[in-house]
Amino acid sequence: MIELEQVTKIYRLGQTKVVALDNISLEIQAGEMVAIMGPSGSGKSTLMAILGCLDIPSKGVYRLEGQPVEKLNENQLAQVRSRKVGFVFQQFNLLPRTNALENVMLPLLYDGVRGRSRYEKAKAALELVGLAERTHHRPNQLSGGEQQRVAIARALVNEPTILLADEPTGNLDTKTGEEIIGLFQKLHNEQGQTVIYVTHDAFIARHTQRVIRLVDGKVISDDPVAHPLVAGTPRPEDNLDG
Amino acid sequence: MNILESIRISIRALAANKLRSGLTMLGIIIGVAAVVALMSIGAGATRNITSQVQGLGSNLIAITSARSVRASGVGAQTTPLYYSDYQQIANDTTNVSGIAPTYQTTAQVMYGNNQSSFAVTGATPDFLGVNAYTVAEGRFITSYDNQSGARVVVLGSQAATDLFSGLNPLDRQITINGINFTVVGVLASKGTTSFFNQDEVILVPLETGYVRLFGGRAVVNGQRTLSSISLSAANANDVNGVIDQVEYILRRDHNLTLTDSLPFSVASQSQALSTLSSISTTLTAFLGAIAGISLFVGGIGIMNIMLVSVRERTREIGLRKAVGARRSAILTQFIVETVTMSLLGGILGILLGAAIAGIISLTGLITPFISISVILYAFFFAALVGLFFGIYPAYQAASLRPIEALRYE
Repeated sequence: MIELEQVTKIYRLGQTKVVALDNISLEIQAGEMVAIMGPSGSGKSTLMAILGCLDIPSKGVYRLEGQPVEKLNENQLAQVRSRKVGFVFQQFNLLPRTNALENVMLPLLYDGVRGRSRYEKAKAALELVGLAERTHHRPNQLSGGEQQRVAIARALVNEPTILLADEPTGNLDTKTGEEIIGLFQKLHNEQGQTVIYVTHDAFIARHTQRVIRLVDGKVISDDPVAHPLVAGTPRPEDNLDG
Repeated sequence: MNILESIRISIRALAANKLRSGLTMLGIIIGVAAVVALMSIGAGATRNITSQVQGLGSNLIAITSARSVRASGVGAQTTPLYYSDYQQIANDTTNVSGIAPTYQTTAQVMYGNNQSSFAVTGATPDFLGVNAYTVAEGRFITSYDNQSGARVVVLGSQAATDLFSGLNPLDRQITINGINFTVVGVLASKGTTSFFNQDEVILVPLETGYVRLFGGRAVVNGQRTLSSISLSAANANDVNGVIDQVEYILRRDHNLTLTDSLPFSVASQSQALSTLSSISTTLTAFLGAIAGISLFVGGIGIMNIMLVSVRERTREIGLRKAVGARRSAILTQFIVETVTMSLLGGILGILLGAAIAGIISLTGLITPFISISVILYAFFFAALVGLFFGIYPAYQAASLRPIEALRYE
């Protein structure tokens, strides 16, 4: 479903060129749950941005459900982001002064979904992430974990093909972080949702079926996880660093 | 994403920063208020002038002395209007229903201990009809008064009030430059004020004036002179014909050729009206333009704030794009924001401008006239300012690339 073929991404920082992704090829099937790991500057976030159609490759081909993304114009890309991709950020990125329900309705607004059905869908998404009681709270009235749940509901509300999360637990304490991972597992197990997340934390990564490691913009390993952990498994003392 | 959603989002964004939005709007409010107030005052002044000139009398033609340069280039001089000119014009013109020569001077007028300086006009019986006055009490100057040099005086309504403060002036004696006159009549008020008050006239028989009041200054080259001659054409259609006749007679009697410029002004009321109203219309447009400048400055203020706002909300814009907002949706959102701000400012400005006009009319100096066209002009100009100054910041916002916008700190 996701196919990257020799994808390279080069940024220009003033005069210097930075190769963020260097000739990456990989495939991810529908229904997989994948973790992407790597040190800072390894290109994880760039890879996520490309997978989420927030950016397009400098070279190579990215096919999402068979559609080469770099051939799309700006409006078509906006539509792909709206319908096929759900993106969760480390900083949550909720709109301030806007309640949970309205935050979740935002993607539907831009997709032209009308009044009643917009409300129903957003409410259902909030129920799915366990925030049915919090629909009218504003971000500053919610805990970090709750804010991230709102962000996940927003990512899910348009029933995307893939759910992408860039360090979703990075701003949360360990326990809350594991609850969020538990939510991803639930979505994956119960709804067959394709989930891809970036993490620094090897323990968090082991809650998936497959771990891809990046260094300097290259894939250095791509291995299945022998025994994926179930969220809530006690964290071993010696395994806190990646 | 429809326009109502955009308006809702915009109002929320504006409400999120009330002080800033308010101050930005203030620029537009003041600009629009200035446009509305100044243009209303201008329109009020135009109407005032129009009604006043129309009140001067119908089909009126006024002849006055004018400084002019002769074609031979000898130099500028004032050619006096002689009493004999009046006689010639009276004899030789047709289609004239009345002709009123006047000589005006300033004199000390006293009743009891009440003394002030007035313009005193020497007039003939025709003065009443030609200048569209009516007598309220008593009678007007008669031919007999003129022939006999009677020391009688007719007062305008305001002059009567000024001198007698409520007493009935009829048959009372006043002194003009120390000479006794008997009040024989009071004119009805014309009701128009400002510029010159037509109710403040003091009229004496022209002959009496020459003999008793005007003195040597009224006589040039051994001939009596006049300040002006007013004619009333029999019909509105005759006005231009009468002007031609008068100009012909004046050229003939003053030995002027057709190439010499006429040292007299022969103007009809409608000419005066169009001249005055074109002056005041120009003035109104000028005031409007000055006020427009402040509206323009207000627009620059909006643009400045919107640029700051786009910078501040970069992450928000990035997020909106990340969840599927098209370029056009972001563009619309920001343009709607500026237009909402300027329209709101425009409405408040119109109210403020109308209030200012109202306060000015309370002073009684001038009655501003607030026309629908001024309001519409101010409203649409404000909207246009919002649109014009909103486009660039909105374009900047819409052009942000989502990934860079999201990473912006």
